[in-house]
Amino acid sequence: MLLGRILDEKFASLYRGGKIHGGVFIGRGQEALSVAIGSSLRQGDVFAPLIRDLAGRLSFGEPILDAVRNYLGSPKGPMRSRDGNVHRGRPREGLLPMISHLGAMIPVVNGVLMAHRFKGLASTVGATTIGDGATSTGAFHEALNQAAIEKLPLILVVANNQYAYSTPTTRQFACKSILDRAVGYGVAGAETDGTNLSDCLAVIGQAVQNARAGNGPQLIVASLLRLCGHGEHDDAGYIDPELKQSPLGRDCLKLAAQKILDQAWSDQAALDRWQASTVQQVEEAVATVQREAGPDPYQEEWCALACDRLREGFEDV
Amino acid sequence: MAQPRHVAVLVSDPEADANLPDAEETFAPTPSIKHNREGLFENGNTNINGPAKGKPTMSITYLEAIREAQARALAEDPRVYIYGQDVGEFGGAFKATKNLSREFPGRVIDAPISEDAIIGSAVGAAIEGMRPIIEMQFADFSTIGFNQIVNQAATLHWRTQVPCPITIRLPSGGTSGGGPFHSQSMEALYAHYPGLIVLTPATVEDAYSMLLEAVAIDDPVIFCEHKFLYYHLKADKLPTEAMPVGKARIAREGRDLTIVTYSAMVHEALVVADELASEGILVEVVDLRSVKPLDTDTVMASVARTGRLLCVGEAFPWGGVTAEVIARVASEGFELLDAPPMRLNAKDTPIPYHPNLWAVHRPTARSIAVAARRLVQN
Repeated sequence: MLLGRILDEKFASLYRGGKIHGGVFIGRGQEALSVAIGSSLRQGDVFAPLIRDLAGRLSFGEPILDAVRNYLGSPKGPMRSRDGNVHRGRPREGLLPMISHLGAMIPVVNGVLMAHRFKGLASTVGATTIGDGATSTGAFHEALNQAAIEKLPLILVVANNQYAYSTPTTRQFACKSILDRAVGYGVAGAETDGTNLSDCLAVIGQAVQNARAGNGPQLIVASLLRLCGHGEHDDAGYIDPELKQSPLGRDCLKLAAQKILDQAWSDQAALDRWQASTVQQVEEAVATVQREAGPDPYQEEWCALACDRLREGFEDV
Repeated sequence: MAQPRHVAVLVSDPEADANLPDAEETFAPTPSIKHNREGLFENGNTNINGPAKGKPTMSITYLEAIREAQARALAEDPRVYIYGQDVGEFGGAFKATKNLSREFPGRVIDAPISEDAIIGSAVGAAIEGMRPIIEMQFADFSTIGFNQIVNQAATLHWRTQVPCPITIRLPSGGTSGGGPFHSQSMEALYAHYPGLIVLTPATVEDAYSMLLEAVAIDDPVIFCEHKFLYYHLKADKLPTEAMPVGKARIAREGRDLTIVTYSAMVHEALVVADELASEGILVEVVDLRSVKPLDTDTVMASVARTGRLLCVGEAFPWGGVTAEVIARVASEGFELLDAPPMRLNAKDTPIPYHPNLWAVHRPTARSIAVAARRLVQN
């Protein structure tokens, strides 16, 4: 959580300094939920994160350098400068790179799980996250229904952060709770307080266990508030101030730190040391990547196909 | 002209090999297809085989070839499975998967009516090393899965270096009474996107061998199989050798005019070639076979021989395969042309339901012949 928050803040800072091409999308306020997903999965499982899942990616095992290289466009990154920011992953290692079209990763996770079934790989699960807005897509409906029919071990986590970009949930759905939909799809459903790390760990941990045990798809709906803009270009002036003051607006990282102190699991000095060492870790990664050269367009292999022999012979002028 | 390479992509059977014709014979226009001078597809006339002659031989249709190719792919490669609406026990809307779910239990799976999820899941399975064959019930419905095809499948390898070997079968093109939503030809849309292979087989042999090759290709393949050819196009036997994907075929040799076309329109063009031969005009017919990649060399070599180019496609006129072929010839081989190139496509309207309207909406032997005569007079 802490690493996710600090790395996100570094990306935001680099963006403000004009050091990052394209957008920056951070997960401030959603780290507890995200980290609970990543840390509930194990080797062999698959995870298709969304834009606010840096914490979850890191806890699933994504190297810090992958994240930094993708944001800074290094050809040494997982997408080799061809795609940037949150669009990164290592499919063969179970981390699927998201496309921008919302809901589109859910059936891809289903397909991975179908393949695992074909191959007789028992007890692997797949998790993916979407926001409240993506529940309005046809892709969400098709894929959750597909997972239910095939009884796939899918954990679909909806981060209901109250806004899809600027659109409030009242303009997104008319049901009382997204969780009500679980019944309609014939899947198990559970709610969690997305600001509370312990609750997220318990609820998502249980869902993963249920899926692994063969109990089919698990729909988790987490309530929280995005504590930042949609991207760093967005001042989020549309967010209702009352929501910020409500329990939804609590900072999950501060709550987690407070719990550590309240339970006397550690002390403030230790928290300060973690903070300092994490900052150091992030600064070193960024410094490393900033020394890497950008991609050379004249050395780029301009071929979209795996079968090179089938490429079209369009000549450059 | 670079001769097309004839490479064996199929596992050879020594017994069958002993009886193999030479390459010239193998890739000459399918001898069992007899062409009706009145036009193959006009007024509901669907007899493109003519009366049987000589001793009866085993006959296999274009649709059966597709079924056989899938059966073989399932039998030979445990990574292959078939997923689509009604493909299981029912055997598919056109019966292209007839009995396959019984022969290959658990590997021919009925899908919900969810084209996006069907194709999205195929991408996920391909990431895990499977080789899914997806049947869209009609090519028209692939628009629901368009996002997954062009944004997910087509970009995966370029983004991640992980191949995406999925084959998406699109029952394509018009049939009498099909109307606006069961008749479309989608090849130009998919060919527009980098990262996709788009195949348009016109013969029984190509339907079989190109589908097998599609499954073997490490990229997403859009396999446009023409519904009109399903039942009416027949061959004596399945091929044991094939031209590779990416090579066009000279379906008829000629010296006065080149007609470049693909899929069902190849047969319309061959009718025209017969008809014009009787008038002393020798038409060369190039069957593109694959529209992406597009075999520019074979097209250019043919235009170099004839000096005249007519491109024919069943799809809508704006942009598309015919425009692409003409653009290439005009930009790379302008000096080869003795007359401005021409093209014929469907009309720029949705595809009509009534046979009277449909017969005129898209090119037929009759309209192709008119265009061809005009071109040779230029």
